[in-house]
Amino acid sequence: MTTVAVKPATMAQALQRAMRDAMAADPTVHVMGEDVGTLGGVFRVTDGLAEEFGEDRCTDTPLAEAGILGAAVGMAMYGLRPVVEMQFDAFAYPAFEQLVSHVSRMRNRTRGALPMPIVVRVPYGGGIGGVEHHSDSSEAYYMATPGLHVVTPSTVADAYGLLRAAIASDDPVVFLEPKRLYWSKAEWSPDAPAAVEPIGRAVVRRRGTSATLLTYGPSVSVCLEAAEAAREEGWDLEVVDLRSLVPFDDETVCASVRRTGRAVVVHESAGFGGPGGEIAARVTERCFHHLEAPVLRVAGFDIPYPPPMLERHHLPGVDRVLDAVARLQWEATS
Amino acid sequence: MTVQELPGATAYPAWKLRTDPAPLLPDPEPYRVLGTDAADAIGQELLLRLYDGLVHGRRFNVQATALTKQGRLAVYPSSTGQEACEVAAALVLEDRDWLFPSYRDTLAAVARGLDPVEALTLLRGDWHTGYDPREHRIAPLSTPLATQLPHAVGLAHAARLAGDDVVALAMVGDGGTSEGDFHEALNFAAVWQAPVVFLVQNNGFAISVPLAKQTAAPSLAHKAVGYGMPGRLVDGNDAAAMHEVLSDAVRRARTGGGPTLVEAVTYRMDAHTNADDATRYRADAEVEAWRAHDPIRLVERHLTGRGLLDEGRTEAAREAAETMAADLRERMNADPLLDPMDLFTQVYASPTPQLREESEQLRAELEAEDGR
Repeated sequence: MTTVAVKPATMAQALQRAMRDAMAADPTVHVMGEDVGTLGGVFRVTDGLAEEFGEDRCTDTPLAEAGILGAAVGMAMYGLRPVVEMQFDAFAYPAFEQLVSHVSRMRNRTRGALPMPIVVRVPYGGGIGGVEHHSDSSEAYYMATPGLHVVTPSTVADAYGLLRAAIASDDPVVFLEPKRLYWSKAEWSPDAPAAVEPIGRAVVRRRGTSATLLTYGPSVSVCLEAAEAAREEGWDLEVVDLRSLVPFDDETVCASVRRTGRAVVVHESAGFGGPGGEIAARVTERCFHHLEAPVLRVAGFDIPYPPPMLERHHLPGVDRVLDAVARLQWEATS
Repeated sequence: MTVQELPGATAYPAWKLRTDPAPLLPDPEPYRVLGTDAADAIGQELLLRLYDGLVHGRRFNVQATALTKQGRLAVYPSSTGQEACEVAAALVLEDRDWLFPSYRDTLAAVARGLDPVEALTLLRGDWHTGYDPREHRIAPLSTPLATQLPHAVGLAHAARLAGDDVVALAMVGDGGTSEGDFHEALNFAAVWQAPVVFLVQNNGFAISVPLAKQTAAPSLAHKAVGYGMPGRLVDGNDAAAMHEVLSDAVRRARTGGGPTLVEAVTYRMDAHTNADDATRYRADAEVEAWRAHDPIRLVERHLTGRGLLDEGRTEAAREAAETMAADLRERMNADPLLDPMDLFTQVYASPTPQLREESEQLRAELEAEDGR
């Protein structure tokens, strides 16, 4: 194998490269959405695709999310693999009916005759100072819809690998892009081995022995920072990046929790009815006898996403994670 | 009004309409053929085909409605009175074209050649879609209103990109035209110049809500002009007119002319479904008036008046329809064989670990049941 140049790249560039490579490898891959063509997307994630592959392969559509996703369903029925961009998390809501009533269940309705190899790219989450309707974390809605895969990268390499896997998948994938990580950089080569990451596997980002932080997307870096800070308190924290919310990697998660005996789930979206409740329940059901304390959740407050000047109070930060870790010194009598 | 230009300011840029709306506007009266001189230009063979299709279709509607009373169908939204729309929609398509039916359009699928039992699978309740949509080029019957219209646009667009001269015909009711997906589909189709024909069956009521409470538009066909596509208004009970207008629209789409919106003015003779009581929202006199304008009677009157239909021919059509109905009755009386393990096989291309666990749970439950 030849040596490949490894240089700093942003997550946005890795995502763009993933689409470019997929489009070059497979003429049925089509990118579509509002502003994805000439402008290259408001986050420049589709930059250059229209120029390289033409407007028929990277299409600026009318501004209508249900129409975009609905048209993608018909295109998939004719054998294409549409990659749809929903410009911001909250802009995807008009497309919910198409996603829930058709995209997620078309394979099932037709007993496999009409698979839906569609990727719905949703830039999600806060921390970029976006105004109202630009910072939602809506993964719980997608997770609650059978028939969809739901994945989210936290690293530049995973952004590439998971998006390639999502485009190659014969099932619909909601691909959640943590928008505050778009400009995060890493030494990265798309030609490195294991560039395409199979959907459904969590990864241990940091080994530890005293407790497990279960997290994904934008909260992974928060948890890694918290783990470093916790060393001073004598805690050696393990950090598991879930990467895929559906399917869920019970195996990796439970192996970690059984090792450490304690777990905290960390995410930005609202806690009540959120992903953390599902994850905590799964861990409790499977690892009860290994647990030294209840599985705790650190989540966004149960409020509509706040205005940008207040979002730092809402988003789970290092201190809130450390507070939860301290509460893991739980005693049954307390 | 006097506009005072500021010194040095540039003039307001000239603006003009992008398209002359006049050619897009529908005629104010629904287009009719039967009973007019225009009908003489139509070949006898086509008229007889339409006649056979209507007789067959009516018998199908009556039989399916009867099957709901026997508990063999969970529900049946009848298209009795609308057979001309259903049959014409099926007949104007080539094999390579696609049909996108709504929940009321089982008959269009059957008229396209689909096995009636397969077409009724959804309404019977044994699976959601009983046929292979790709094999028959008939999309699954869509229950969420108008949501299948953007699918038709996407498919037609993809076909055109592939260089295939495929047309998609998408069906929707008058109520469905109020949905956002109707708007988005028509807009996409016009912007992309996709080879799609939108057929609105205006049957008077969206369950109980009459058209006047559904829209303030002059007609549903008038909506087309707002998207930049032609609108056609047609008598939906006149099978020959339906065939002609839809054929024109399909030809136009196939040759690169873009989409057309066709509004068929018709009437739903039965209730919305067997679960609905239509006497609560419409008068008997109205129903009777439409009965006089029945699609089968219109063709019969025309053919008989010109000596093109004799007793032997009507008898043959009736017998063929009875044979279909008897066969349908018999096959629908057999209990379908279902495998509960199928619940898990087609959720994903391969089951997730979570679904594998759940399928094992069900398997254990089934084995326990068998062991009792």
